[in-house]
Amino acid sequence: MTDLTDKATAEERPSVAVSAAMKVLRERWGDVIELAEENRGQWRVELSSRDPLVDIVRHLKETADLQFDFLVDVTALDHYGEEPRFRAVYVLRSMKLSEDLVLKVKVPEQAESGGTWAPSLTPLFRSANWLEREVYDMFGIEFRGHPDLRRIMMPEIFEGHPLRKDFPMEGTMTDHEWAEWIIARAQRVEESEAAGGTD
Amino acid sequence: MAIARPSLEDNPLEHDIEKMAPSGALERDPDGEYMLLNMGPSHPSTHGVLQIVLELDGERVVTAKPEIGYLHRGMEKIAETYGYNKFIPYTDRMDYLAPISNNIACALGIEAVNGIVTPPRCQAIRVICAELGRISAHLLGLGAFAMDVGALTVFLYTFREREVIYDLMEALTGARFTVSFTRVGGIARDLPDGWTDAVLRFVQKLPGTLEEDVELLLTTNRIWVDRLQGVGVIPRDVALDYGLTGPCLRGSGVEWDLRKEQPYIGYENYDFDVPVGEHGDAYDRYLLRIEEIKQSARIVQQAIAKLPGGPICVEDHKIVLPEKRKVLTSMEELIHQFMVVTEGPALPAGERYFGCENPKGELGFYVKTDGTGKPFRLRMRAPSFVNLAILPYLFPGALLSDTVAILGSLDFVMGECDR
Repeated sequence: MTDLTDKATAEERPSVAVSAAMKVLRERWGDVIELAEENRGQWRVELSSRDPLVDIVRHLKETADLQFDFLVDVTALDHYGEEPRFRAVYVLRSMKLSEDLVLKVKVPEQAESGGTWAPSLTPLFRSANWLEREVYDMFGIEFRGHPDLRRIMMPEIFEGHPLRKDFPMEGTMTDHEWAEWIIARAQRVEESEAAGGTD
Repeated sequence: MAIARPSLEDNPLEHDIEKMAPSGALERDPDGEYMLLNMGPSHPSTHGVLQIVLELDGERVVTAKPEIGYLHRGMEKIAETYGYNKFIPYTDRMDYLAPISNNIACALGIEAVNGIVTPPRCQAIRVICAELGRISAHLLGLGAFAMDVGALTVFLYTFREREVIYDLMEALTGARFTVSFTRVGGIARDLPDGWTDAVLRFVQKLPGTLEEDVELLLTTNRIWVDRLQGVGVIPRDVALDYGLTGPCLRGSGVEWDLRKEQPYIGYENYDFDVPVGEHGDAYDRYLLRIEEIKQSARIVQQAIAKLPGGPICVEDHKIVLPEKRKVLTSMEELIHQFMVVTEGPALPAGERYFGCENPKGELGFYVKTDGTGKPFRLRMRAPSFVNLAILPYLFPGALLSDTVAILGSLDFVMGECDR
């Protein structure tokens, strides 16, 4: 690996406020914080439980010194074969400090662990709406409290969640099966319209 | 065609819009006698395949419901399957108005995980290319915007300028459009002779031609001003709440540019201004793009003036391909070449989010590497996707003809939105 430590430090900005915030987080939610580490100026906090997520984000957003009031991204990781299987990832930004912060939450798959759900951040950020819909579409993680959780990229009738590791790259239906399905659906629509449907 | 047309049952229009859109803008008709209009998926002003289901009261929009995903290709899955360098060509097909900016953002996102810093010459070339990409994207954005609103001529002028950038890209990369120029840890090749002079001639002339051919036609044009001022107003708080980035955010008066706030590839060494809007309307976003083109031209001139020499890739041949001459003479380099080609670059495990200021906004990469030649996860936060989520807020209350101006002022690309 190239040794670039000298150059890398020039990129790092002092993040005194964030370090102080990490201390507060550890004091208040120390039992659920599994890991809090810095990767070249960006903190990543991994939580073992999904329950306090909204409280933590609200604390980060509303503390005057921090103001992590911009939700950059919501995504997920699929650790297939492990349990808990998924990680929901939230990237928050404080424009005041010019800092990004990554929050990771464990999301189990099995029903006995509570099921595949994560708390929704839509009450705090409107940008969470589409971002969480995409994660739901691609990974099948249900966001509790989301006002409009539907698929966004794939068709509504699609089965499966394409970005899961056990979903095959080539898809689950052949082109021929898709064509047959589309024709059958078109016929159904036409029949229902002929029978006096709306429109 | 019947299958592309959602029926009311498929698209219950009422359940979410009222929560997400400002209420009270219009009183709902108790009889429910609104007209349902499908705009798109193939409509000239939707810049690709965006479908918006509009509910109209006369000529006013009551609710708007964007339907996206028509161009979804599963790029993130492709990245997990094909590996780092093989994925770079796919990024060309995201924001296809500035392919080289996506290449650079992708390479930077992957490099950021392990803190790989490329040599100064590589960084300077990346800056030149990224700014040329921004100029190219904004030129087309402006031209298409003007065309949507009815000023057809501007498109021809801006496309004439883009043509020069196409030629420059062809001289640099061998491809006019889908350039695939970056690699993890560097760029594909060094600048050809005389290239910087040609770029310099172009960027020196650009502000003048822009003033003559675009601004004179539009900025004080009565029709243009009347159609854009006060249309598609995004207040500052709303822009932040919806997570807008790029010109859409700056148009609302938020001075946020990643090139200034979290400088990468040496942007802190260049002198440039970040323009911001005052009113957050479509006209401000138009002015802002004009100014950004001029600032990009300034950056390119500075980058060329102090273009450093030296290597264009990191000196670690476990990541970038070694020189061909060495591969043919040295056993070690041969092994490195074999490993980089067959296994992919050897990147240690790690994960990080990295955002890059692209023409449309922040193109973010959340990359998790696992030590193999393929990313465990490569998430792309596409600015067009996030920016489009504001449509259910912006459209209600607007005239149908204004929706076209609003779409043009947001300047999105569906290839990037759907990925």
